[in-house]
Amino acid sequence: MLEVKSLSKDWKEFRLREISFEIKKGEYFIILGPSGAGKTLLLEVIAGIFSPDKGRIFMNGRDITELPPEKRCFAYIPQNYALFPHMTVFENISYGLKIRKTSKIEIDKKVEEISDVLGINHLLHRKPKTLSGGEQQRVAIARALVIEPELLLLDEPFANLDLQTRGKLIAEMKHWKKELGFTALHVTHSFEEAVSLGDRVGVMLDGQLIQAGTVREVFSKPASEEVAKFLGFENIIEGTAKGRILKANGLEIELPIETEGRIRVGLRPEDIILSLSPIKTSARNEFKAVVEGVEELGPLVRVQLKTGGVELRAFITRSSMLEMGIEKGREVYVSFKTSALHVF
Amino acid sequence: MRRNYTVAFFALMGSFLVMYVVIPLMVILIKQLSDLEMLIKTLHDPLVIKALRNSLFTATATALISLLFGVPLGYVLARKNFPGKSIVQAVVDVPVVIPHSVVGIMLLVTFSSAILDSYTGIIAAMLFVSAPFTINAARDGFSAVDEKLEHVARTLGASQMKAFFTVSLPMALSSILSGAIMTWARAISEVGAILIVAYYPKTAQVLVMEYFNNYGLRSSRPISVILITMSLTIFIILRWLVGRKANA
Repeated sequence: MLEVKSLSKDWKEFRLREISFEIKKGEYFIILGPSGAGKTLLLEVIAGIFSPDKGRIFMNGRDITELPPEKRCFAYIPQNYALFPHMTVFENISYGLKIRKTSKIEIDKKVEEISDVLGINHLLHRKPKTLSGGEQQRVAIARALVIEPELLLLDEPFANLDLQTRGKLIAEMKHWKKELGFTALHVTHSFEEAVSLGDRVGVMLDGQLIQAGTVREVFSKPASEEVAKFLGFENIIEGTAKGRILKANGLEIELPIETEGRIRVGLRPEDIILSLSPIKTSARNEFKAVVEGVEELGPLVRVQLKTGGVELRAFITRSSMLEMGIEKGREVYVSFKTSALHVF
Repeated sequence: MRRNYTVAFFALMGSFLVMYVVIPLMVILIKQLSDLEMLIKTLHDPLVIKALRNSLFTATATALISLLFGVPLGYVLARKNFPGKSIVQAVVDVPVVIPHSVVGIMLLVTFSSAILDSYTGIIAAMLFVSAPFTINAARDGFSAVDEKLEHVARTLGASQMKAFFTVSLPMALSSILSGAIMTWARAISEVGAILIVAYYPKTAQVLVMEYFNNYGLRSSRPISVILITMSLTIFIILRWLVGRKANA
């Protein structure tokens, strides 16, 4: 649906270099990158607020690079939400509809519908400055979604919220995504948001989109050392949960909490224990695995493992590598505590 | 409780300037109250009434013209960076440093008979010295509006013009109106440039001077008092209205 082709732009201290990617209809695409990587600038170029120095943007095959923002039918939610302070919540949400000269009846109906979904219909008469951060966020999302944009552009939508609200809103966003079926481009520096919400992820460093792919691809096969470093070397396992059991590519993993449906769990490489024979410890998950590769990183060694259909990375010290004789093709046992798993 | 001597001392020092404004105002009002007969006589003087009407009309027209041209200029100064911007900003502030008699001479040299002794001339003189207030207030008002708000309005479907009228202008409005009130106040208090460009049609502030020169203090005082009362009343009401709107 949206296709970005070798986009470049310099603006103040930010820069974009040859950025290309594609978003399909109904997809939730996340661009993950540290602050200063140029993520906001990229969103603003796609929104049409700035024009690129080089490169083209296509929407459903049509070149929209020169179109003004109002002709693109995207909705942009900046990091501070940018609610119109001189309008009530209702006026904020209905802004885009009014511009489109929607009838009053239709406006009332649409605002009510979206407010119901987002749980803000009790706030409609209030002014934005009287709202909490989480409420403002919901209003911003409502204002953007009510015009049924072809693409929703979100800039760090959860960054300004306290931890608890953030967790709650991320969970709800998953739900809204399903219910309303919008297409979104979401930029963030938060690993958690990427894994929780992303259908696909792109990693952006220093103005370049280094890697893009499904969440599992990107996290299990970082394209470069920098990407791996930024992602924090986490193992992401995808599967179907039932109660406390996660079935993932032939493995049955015990989870720390009960849950249902398709989920992703994270496991830090340093939480994986390797051994040559089965061990009895408090670790609750143990599998047989094959060593696929060994990479020495100074005093530590990164071991690539495959167990069933799941690829894992583990850190061990150099000395234990030598002691256990770990090398490519060797069979080992991997184990990790249930509590080491992070359910997204 | 320990007394805060520093702030108390500063307040004492600062109150000098406040009193310096308040005392002459009080004195002239009180003195005039003891001479009500002259005041009433002046209020019935058709010449005075005509002059007051001229002052009000020209100052109001000046404020409106400064809004018409000053708001767009303020917006450009707030939003755009362009080569020579600092020069434009300096030009906007130039009228403040030119003596008003010189302003009159400049205008007369440039526009000569087109503005000589006419309403146009009065408004021209007033506009020159008072427009900076509206321009600068509009610029500050627009600067305070987060540009992201306009960006969001645009992505929601508003053209640049529509975003200006539905978001930026309403948000900057109270600042702009405060500036326009200052422009109006500065305009109605202008004498120097008007004296040179348009002695006629006679405005109240020129009439005060004429009466003083021809008949002395006692004759010029009542007009002064009327002018002060009228200007201050309008000034206070407008400021109050704008302040109320800003807090709403």
